[in-house]
Amino acid sequence: MPSELITNYFRTETLPHIWCPGCGNGIVTRAIVKAIDNLNISKDDVCIVSGIGCSSRAAGYLDFNTLHTTHGRALAFATGVKLANPKLHVIVITGDGDSSAIGGNHLIHAARRNIDLTTVVFNNSIYGMTGGQYSPTTPTGDKATTAPFGNIDPNFDLCELANAAGATYVARGTVYAVNILEKVIQEGILNKGFSFIEAVTTCPTYYGRKNKKGSAVDMIQYLKENGVMYSAWQKMSDEKKIGKFPIGKLYSKERKEYTEQYQMLIDSLGKERN
Amino acid sequence: MSEIKLMQGNEACVAGAIHAGMRFYSGYPITPSTEIAELSAELLPKHGGKFIQMEDEIAGIAAALGASLTGIKSMTATSGPGFSLKQENIGYGIMAEIPIVIVDVQRSGPSTGMPTSPSQSDIMQARWGTHGDHSIIALYPASVKEIYTTTIRAFNLSEKYRTPVILLMDEIIGHMREKIDLEELKDIEIYDRKKPTVPPDKYLAYKVSENDVVPEMAAFGEGYRYNVTGLVHDETGFPSGNEVVADKLLKRLINKIENNKDDIVTYEEYMLDDADYAIVSFGAISRSSKVAVNELRELGIKIGMFRPITIWPSPEKQLSELSKKVKKIYVVELNAGQYLLEVQRIVSGQCKIGKYGKINGEIITPQEIVSFIEEDIYA
Ligand SMILES: Cc1ncc(C[n+]2csc(CCOP(=O)(O)OP(=O)(O)O)c2C)c(N)n1
Ligand code: SF4
Ligand SMILES: [Mg+2]
Repeated sequence: MPSELITNYFRTETLPHIWCPGCGNGIVTRAIVKAIDNLNISKDDVCIVSGIGCSSRAAGYLDFNTLHTTHGRALAFATGVKLANPKLHVIVITGDGDSSAIGGNHLIHAARRNIDLTTVVFNNSIYGMTGGQYSPTTPTGDKATTAPFGNIDPNFDLCELANAAGATYVARGTVYAVNILEKVIQEGILNKGFSFIEAVTTCPTYYGRKNKKGSAVDMIQYLKENGVMYSAWQKMSDEKKIGKFPIGKLYSKERKEYTEQYQMLIDSLGKERN
Repeated sequence: MSEIKLMQGNEACVAGAIHAGMRFYSGYPITPSTEIAELSAELLPKHGGKFIQMEDEIAGIAAALGASLTGIKSMTATSGPGFSLKQENIGYGIMAEIPIVIVDVQRSGPSTGMPTSPSQSDIMQARWGTHGDHSIIALYPASVKEIYTTTIRAFNLSEKYRTPVILLMDEIIGHMREKIDLEELKDIEIYDRKKPTVPPDKYLAYKVSENDVVPEMAAFGEGYRYNVTGLVHDETGFPSGNEVVADKLLKRLINKIENNKDDIVTYEEYMLDDADYAIVSFGAISRSSKVAVNELRELGIKIGMFRPITIWPSPEKQLSELSKKVKKIYVVELNAGQYLLEVQRIVSGQCKIGKYGKINGEIITPQEIVSFIEEDIYA
């Protein structure tokens, strides 16, 4: 028997999904659905917008208003959906390449506007769909099909990027720390503004194999050992931080939300007329 | 009571769009289309609509497509380089069957070219700019008043056929002021997309009922939860790699336009009844061509003009008939010979074809056309 979460929120007729055995994408997708379920939001009021990539395929499996767009452009489509109908809870599902390479410009501008979107980046440190090329989050030195001698590009810290660009809620979770992932997605949805959640996930097929990271279980074990709760992280010495990364809520701030500002503009012009 | 206004072409485009029901505009500024964005920014919030200046042209069309899925009529406008950037998502709109209007106030190219110089060089980009086999609707008005009415028509066709519609404009008319009587235009019919007639549990987002050409379209947030994708998809909207599904979908998307040319194609015929010669010309240049026709008639040459207003799909039947009637067709366009290729294809040897074009950033004057044709006939 599939779980209630699956029968209630997945388009079961579209399953099985296309993901490889051991892929972390299913875990992140489940966390998104669980967060929505916890918040008791009507399925009719949720719109999932995704780009192109293995991760972006998640949208089609979900029983919401779902929009699978072009590579890198999910946030631009989502901006149109949200501004045109602010009642919708718009959640963006995107990959590391989708959101920070081809779609990097849309990411910084959606964050700058503080438009009420919840973005979940499935960060597997690689271009999965196209077979393992390096992405802006592939760690320097790691291998990819287009970095056969090791990647010389410095890699992005996506949470720092989103925070600097103006996101009002920034958090990181992993496919090991699922409860934290669920919780931060939930907080992201509740935040009235641009929320950015980096979900660190595993691609055993390409990133794992190219970099001798072992099995899917080994890769998840790595996330368990190296993801440190932000509260503990802040107390750690720089030396101890090497090779580790903080998880949980990292940043939040108060800023005016874009669609509310626009509605105020419409209302003020209406008053002027009357 | 008349409501006569002096309006710029770009202004008439926005006024027509609002008349048609546009309530969302997203774009990125570029000469010579910028006034369309500026005026939308001013007027839309006053009509309860929304305007957003996006970070680039790709985002401009993407946001408009997203907004349209919530049931709101949406538009984006651009010029040359920006039109190039929009191409991928025009294909998305075609594949996912999302109504929007894309305005391209053309400028000379390639690349940054001559930003403020007129040009009609996006004829083929409008037809084939996005990749893949597809059909497209592109309209081309020739006066300020016609920009107003054609913008409305662009929205109507996009809603009726659930497809992006391209409105090609000329810099000259975009920036020119002409008289327009809005009172006389107030009753133009508006077409809205068909909403589902079945309850949500019976709704198949991409199923076309027997006597229809497009599926009924639910808005996001209305209780009809469905999937939208640029991948080949079945009637539910879910991706499919099946060759039967692909064949059926792609042929339907092409045929919904190609099989309805009688409804979509509009054109003007000027002095063609007794003509031995014909000019094919569109947009601003058709106005020079019209003056040239009058002058050539005074010189005793029986000539007329055929002006496609629907550029794509082309008026194939009408041009073919014309080629059986006249000795020669002159294609006069402000480019190196683009629509010429389409006219050649249609005429396919039934009469002679001549061409007059220009790519130096200047317009084509009536005098140039007169001398060219006179010389050609008497040579
Ligand atoms: C315009 C465009 N360029 C390139 C591609 C090819 N492409 C598809 S997915 C992808 C990378 C996806 O990587 P990521 O966003 O990290 O998602 P993942 O597959 O890893 O989940 C690329 C380059 C495309 N579909 N469209
Ligand atoms: S290629 Fe990698 S990211 Fe894509 S489905 Fe397979 S494991 Fe997952
Ligand atoms: Mg990736």
